[in-house]
Amino acid sequence: MPEELNLNELSRVVFLGLSQNEMFTLNKVAEEETRCFFSLRYTSVSHVGSGDQRHGISSCPPRRLCAVNIAVFWLLGISPPTKKNTLSYKLSRLSRSCVYFLLSCLFFHTVVVLYGAPLLESALETFSLAVLLSTLTTLRCLCMLGPNVQAWIRVFSRDGAMSVWDTSLQITTGCSVVGAWLGAFPIPLDWDRPWQVWPISCSLGATGGFLTGLLVAPIWIRWHRKQLTYKLK
Amino acid sequence: MKLSSSVFSALCLIIELLGIALFLRGFFPLPIKSSLSSKSKSSDLPAEPVLGSSPNSTRVPPPLFNRVVIVLIDALREDFVYGPSGKRFMPYTRNLVESGSSHSFTAKARPPTVTMPRIKALTTGSIPGFIDVVMNLNSQALLEDNLLWQAKNAGKRIIFYGDDTWVRLFPKHFLEYDGTTSFFVSDYTEVDNNVTRHLDSTLKRDDWDVLILHYLGLDHIGHISGPHSSLIGPKLHEMDDVIKKIHTSVITTEAEGTLPNLLVLCGDHGMSETGSHGGSSEPEVNTPLVLISPAFPMKEGMGEPGVVEQVDLTPTLALALALPISQNSVGRLIPAVFQKASVREQLRYLHINGHQLSNLLRDSNPSFHKEDGYEQFRMAEKAHGSWMKLYVEGNTSEVLSNMAKKVLKQYLEALQAMSAALSKQLGKYDMYSMMVGMSLILQILVLLLLAMPEALSGAACVDVPLATTFLSLPFYLLVLLGSSVHVLVCTSSEASCYFCSLPWLLAFVAIIFSSALFCSLVAMAARRSLCKVDNKQPKTSSSEWTLSELDILLLIGTLGHTLSLASSSFVEEEHQTWYFLLNTLCLAVFQDVCRKYFREKRRSGEEEEENLLLPSTVEEKGASFSPVAELGVSADSEKWLALATPLLTLTCCRMLRSLNQTGVQWAHLPDLSHWLNSGDHKVFLSLLSVLSLLLIFLLVQRHCSLVSKIALALGLLGVYSYRAAVGSVLFPWQHSAQPMSKGTGEAHFVYVFVLGILFTGVKDLLRSQVMSSVVDGRRLKSRGLWEVYSGMVLLVALLLRAHNLPTLACCLLIQTLMAQFIWKRLHYDAAQTTIMHYWFGQAFFYFQGNSNNIATVDISVGFVGLESYVEAPAVFLTAFSTYAGPLLWACHLVCYLSSERDRAVSLGHSSYCFALLRSIPAVFYVVLVTALRYHLFIWSVFSPKLLYEAMHTLVTTAVCLFFTFMDQDRTRRP
Repeated sequence: MPEELNLNELSRVVFLGLSQNEMFTLNKVAEEETRCFFSLRYTSVSHVGSGDQRHGISSCPPRRLCAVNIAVFWLLGISPPTKKNTLSYKLSRLSRSCVYFLLSCLFFHTVVVLYGAPLLESALETFSLAVLLSTLTTLRCLCMLGPNVQAWIRVFSRDGAMSVWDTSLQITTGCSVVGAWLGAFPIPLDWDRPWQVWPISCSLGATGGFLTGLLVAPIWIRWHRKQLTYKLK
Repeated sequence: MKLSSSVFSALCLIIELLGIALFLRGFFPLPIKSSLSSKSKSSDLPAEPVLGSSPNSTRVPPPLFNRVVIVLIDALREDFVYGPSGKRFMPYTRNLVESGSSHSFTAKARPPTVTMPRIKALTTGSIPGFIDVVMNLNSQALLEDNLLWQAKNAGKRIIFYGDDTWVRLFPKHFLEYDGTTSFFVSDYTEVDNNVTRHLDSTLKRDDWDVLILHYLGLDHIGHISGPHSSLIGPKLHEMDDVIKKIHTSVITTEAEGTLPNLLVLCGDHGMSETGSHGGSSEPEVNTPLVLISPAFPMKEGMGEPGVVEQVDLTPTLALALALPISQNSVGRLIPAVFQKASVREQLRYLHINGHQLSNLLRDSNPSFHKEDGYEQFRMAEKAHGSWMKLYVEGNTSEVLSNMAKKVLKQYLEALQAMSAALSKQLGKYDMYSMMVGMSLILQILVLLLLAMPEALSGAACVDVPLATTFLSLPFYLLVLLGSSVHVLVCTSSEASCYFCSLPWLLAFVAIIFSSALFCSLVAMAARRSLCKVDNKQPKTSSSEWTLSELDILLLIGTLGHTLSLASSSFVEEEHQTWYFLLNTLCLAVFQDVCRKYFREKRRSGEEEEENLLLPSTVEEKGASFSPVAELGVSADSEKWLALATPLLTLTCCRMLRSLNQTGVQWAHLPDLSHWLNSGDHKVFLSLLSVLSLLLIFLLVQRHCSLVSKIALALGLLGVYSYRAAVGSVLFPWQHSAQPMSKGTGEAHFVYVFVLGILFTGVKDLLRSQVMSSVVDGRRLKSRGLWEVYSGMVLLVALLLRAHNLPTLACCLLIQTLMAQFIWKRLHYDAAQTTIMHYWFGQAFFYFQGNSNNIATVDISVGFVGLESYVEAPAVFLTAFSTYAGPLLWACHLVCYLSSERDRAVSLGHSSYCFALLRSIPAVFYVVLVTALRYHLFIWSVFSPKLLYEAMHTLVTTAVCLFFTFMDQDRTRRP
């Protein structure tokens, strides 16, 4: 990644533009998602027992997010340059990425169940939250770092970031998870609002956290540019 | 004055406890009392209001009923009579309600929905304060004016069968009685048979006027298996038969020429969806009230039953029996009962009731003139007078009846307004006592916070400049100020004030102490800020001291939990907060573990430019004579075990969470404990208990001496046979269905071993003091502590219900694993370990099935191994089993910390942390409750939580004292 190191200033500008661009699209997606969830809740209230329909709607926002994420990263080509360019290598990378994504969905699902989500009841909703969380965290890692666990561990260990991209990845991932964590807070309140129903508030929290992360990351990087450039050497 | 950290924190907690006690005394209002100390007499009755000079009568209207039978069914929920289960199981009663000559109502019980306050409410007509719950186990004779006293005074002969709370409340009131004790919750047939067996002979006799039957069986079934249990149906059938028997023999067959008889069917409180009571949810407060008498018109079809207050029964019965209404009654009569009386009598009844309420209002409220109800009552009285004048003159026109209707309406409105005003009066607080208590605990909190750097320093010593303040001028000025405020408040206030009623010497000592504390706080704060200004050295060192993620989490969790207490939902669902925090804690610990082990691996494997090896990863050899001894595992498997520990903890917590549903919103959801207790799954419950007991034995016996090991094994065997004797689990070779016993013998058997193990432990602790060799003494002390701990475990195993034994086993498993692989290996300091222990303790408090509602306190624990109710052991056992989780974790913390050789001050640090962790929420909550004292949920949500907080502070104080003793003999040792 030498060009990135040398053209530090440039890359930061590009990053800013990108994140704003991406934020814009994501904002739309989040809005849509919110609407989706609301409509889902209302439809489920009005037609009790239409579980399949529910699932169909609720899994759409992560799918769109996936698409947007992958498209953005593909277009900008931030992922580390690969030495081998054969088709089979690409395929194996793709399949490994898919497996990792699935595993991360299962991981998030397990964690959420450990946090107290019902085990059997509304398992589909829980899984949709897990997919959303994976999209916001794992998918970005896959896009930027590839299916390379060592790199992941490096980025997410203390002082492991080696470029602004790594830092932004750290920040957005952390913000998404913390957002989902904070999103669980309103659930016990007795306000009887439709968005308090599991897992809507958590999904909203995760999305909100992610958006905050996108907003905060450039600002934070700009703020700490002295330390960061030092670290990049 | 130099104090070691542990002594300092124990003293702080004791003072805080006194402050909270004073606050509680001021917070829980005393019930409204009429100023007259005597009881109402018939001669006190007001004259009938008549304008002009015509003769007016002061006589009481004649009674409406001859004999009254009151059938009080404990925990009779509204839908047991009016709902579908009433239709199914109580056909006779339902028929009477729907088409008999009866009146049916939904009577609203006031929280706390516990039996004794409800009995008091039904008989005195007043609403007993919340503090009556605390006194529930300690009922003494009721000295207030009440219906039974009035009835007895009027020469009525009263017979009582049922709950012996009545016998204790009303000694010498009954012509004949048979009390059954309500505390053996597992017995639900005998208690009711003891009541019903007298019924036939009593109904044949005619030497009584009032018969009261109090059936407990339904309540006991509710406590055992909830309102949807299969036992409810037969019980309701049985109650229906009782009603039928009474109705056919007393109500329908009456002699000519006498007044009709009355049958009252009521419940004292309802039953929540989990089968308990005490709170204020709809199913708990709604009880049926059915009045059956031939005097009432036949009903056609059942409409929605009208809603009345439970206390309304008291004036209604009093007037219908021509008795004076008891002085403190806040109820108003039920007009439907008096429909058959003449208009003049109806007005007279209303007038008497209004007069009594207005008297009570005048006595309890200095600004009674401004109350709407009082004004309305005066108006109605005047209108009544003019109506009487017309009536006496012989006017029989349409005008008269129209006027009567108007007066009647006016009276009813006035009664309602006065009754509401009186009920509101109950929210009066003794602000002065509350303020004094609050200022005391606030000062303690500030003191604790100011002392933090010193208390957590290496010396673990706190210097409180208490002595020097006695010589300072501000101190004397403050004392003067305090005394003058005290005198001023006490002489000016009209309302009773507890702090003023204390002996003046005591109050003066409190004022002196408070001012001295304040002065020393100021001195400490000044010293701290001077220190900072003087040398920049500590500043730089403090900036070096960074917080890890775990520290941040612990800090945020503690503060966040404290803030969450401001919301009534979060108080109701506090368990969710703790489970959530605990999960996050486990994940954070997991991250730490991963970081440690994967960093190490990377270092040995690939070469990386950054070789950030944490200094803590350097393993110390030789620190192995702890009670948490090495299990003999290799380094590799140790790594995997360490990685698995947080995950296993998470899994355990998730399982325990679904064991007992608590709280309010999701309490009705099915949980494992209901499934296990449902009767069909007794085999599973037995297997689970056996497994849990085995696991408990394996985990606890490791560090005990041989004698204790044997005692522990026998004790756990005794626990199982006790559970088998009470009928909750199956005994393998028990084939014939034995009658349920109380298991006293088995429980005594376990108690002997508990005492034996505790005795061995204490003996070891004492012997370690006089040991010459330091190493031997230390080892002996560790063993002694562990034996005390295992004695506690055995006692908890005996007291917890069978379905809760897995909770205990999981608790021990997590403790062992965490101590072995996490706390020691990751080198968490004493403060971090203490906070984690505190969180685990809190979570286990809720895993056990507790909540912030009085109803979940399992009082049946107080009778394990006791033939009859003995107060001291019952209270102790109940408190111990309720706080078993926090106590076990605290005790484990002592064992763990004293096993660490190189941490001489860790006990002091951890006891300081305990004190601080307890003080922050307690003080915040006290301030909050003061601010929210007119909140809608103050009685149903915040007050019970306040009692829990106070109790928890008491328990923590005991723990801190234990810490202090353990720490003391460490400092004595060179």
